[in-house]
Amino acid sequence: MNAYEKVGIARAADRPMGNWYISRIIDNFTELHGDRRYSDDGAIVGGIGFLDGMPVTCITMNRGDTIEDRIKRNFGCPSPEGYRKALRLMKQAEKFQRPVICFVGSPGAYCGIGAEERGQGQAIAENLWEMCALKTPIISVVVGEGGSGGALALSVADKIFMFENAVYSVISPEGCASILYKDSSKAPEAAEALRLTASDLYRMKIADAIIPESYKAPEEIARILKKSIISELSLLSKQSMPRLLASRYGKFRAIGTL
Amino acid sequence: MAKETTIVKCKKCGQETDDAVLRKNGRMCPCCGNYFRMSARERIALLADRGTFREHDASMKSENIIDFPEYDEKLEKAIEATGERDAVVTGHAKIGGIMTTLFVMDSNFMMASMGTVVGEKITRLFEYATENRLPVVGYICSGGARMQEGVLSLMQMAKVSAAVRWHNDAGLFYMPVLTDPTTGGITASFAMEGDIIAAEPGALIGFAGQRVIEQTTGEKLPKGFQSAEFQLEHGFVDLLISREESQKVISRLLTANTAAGRKFR
Repeated sequence: MNAYEKVGIARAADRPMGNWYISRIIDNFTELHGDRRYSDDGAIVGGIGFLDGMPVTCITMNRGDTIEDRIKRNFGCPSPEGYRKALRLMKQAEKFQRPVICFVGSPGAYCGIGAEERGQGQAIAENLWEMCALKTPIISVVVGEGGSGGALALSVADKIFMFENAVYSVISPEGCASILYKDSSKAPEAAEALRLTASDLYRMKIADAIIPESYKAPEEIARILKKSIISELSLLSKQSMPRLLASRYGKFRAIGTL
Repeated sequence: MAKETTIVKCKKCGQETDDAVLRKNGRMCPCCGNYFRMSARERIALLADRGTFREHDASMKSENIIDFPEYDEKLEKAIEATGERDAVVTGHAKIGGIMTTLFVMDSNFMMASMGTVVGEKITRLFEYATENRLPVVGYICSGGARMQEGVLSLMQMAKVSAAVRWHNDAGLFYMPVLTDPTTGGITASFAMEGDIIAAEPGALIGFAGQRVIEQTTGEKLPKGFQSAEFQLEHGFVDLLISREESQKVISRLLTANTAAGRKFR
């Protein structure tokens, strides 16, 4: 399967995304709304639930299921309020010493006049800044399309898991093709050049584990994911806080070291 | 042989000026005062006390790590055109007598896009500043993350942010000055992580590109959208600093925000 076919799978309308996986692996999930500053962004859903009896904070991008739902959730493209809600829930998790699990899958942060007026860049920057030093374990699971800075705002984690067919890129293959070849129909070539597949990211030591999908039903993938998260969290929670934060620093520090 | 002159036309008033005159004039239009973009070296000459700048990691050079098409040629061209090895110059210097670390991005080098070398040099500078208990002044401009290095360049946003955060947690001062243009992943990371965020008047500062916004939303962009003045009005920058006063204002803020008087005399 080539890179662009994977992009197609990662984006597929019927692909189960973070909200679906939360419903399968988290018990008694309670959604919490709003950024306490401006509004509640439906493109990001967050709340508290129980993973195998352990309280956790879960945050996911949500592109919606039905047409009305998709419009309401802006097709999963978060506004600054979405990132600020995510950050509010992460700080709450830190206070109550709950691990944070983020699910990524979105074309990217919303591009619009209002988003700019309310500080889209600042909102993402603040999440990076806070997640670097958040005093609780963070796992980020890339389920679908990891679209640039908008995805990074939920990915500064101790461990990044990537679904086998998920992708993560600095720019969409279409956007890249229109810059590089002045022709967005050359997206397949651009997808190849960008090195955006899960195995690429694993090789670059950005993804720490790949969640296998081939020949597996979503229910079975959910079981594998749940097991992986539980075992990773038990390892992370054994570390002292200074050690945890130092390794998180080290993980990103090492990327692109010459 | 007669010395070649390059004539540059001001985008604002249309006045044509000799490049050498502009260089002497801090890249300001002698007719209307409009700011032209400055190279990193010109900026350092304007800011740093004469003879105090010491460059760090000057030899660091980008490689085509993911074997991206046409990247080698692009790098070569940029190196030839600018005489720089990549899009940021880092080091330490005195500004108005106060020791500080300093990074200056250069839009002449691939629109100052951030790849692994830019990320690594700025990260090392923050680590140096943390170790030596120094402030960081950053003159920022950038088209965003460097597409040609794929997701590795995206991850530099997190890498630099982490170094900025650790510098912050050590109680040290960081002041980015946003210049034309500051966009994309840079706005969404260390451009917005300063204790005091300054901008140069008229600079374009934003996250999403204007054409992208127009195409995605079909909305007409309001006048002055994503200008430094727009960011000031919406509360995202602390102050505008004119080029003429930059050294004075920065040294004043450095004095107020460091233990300069006590520790680094």
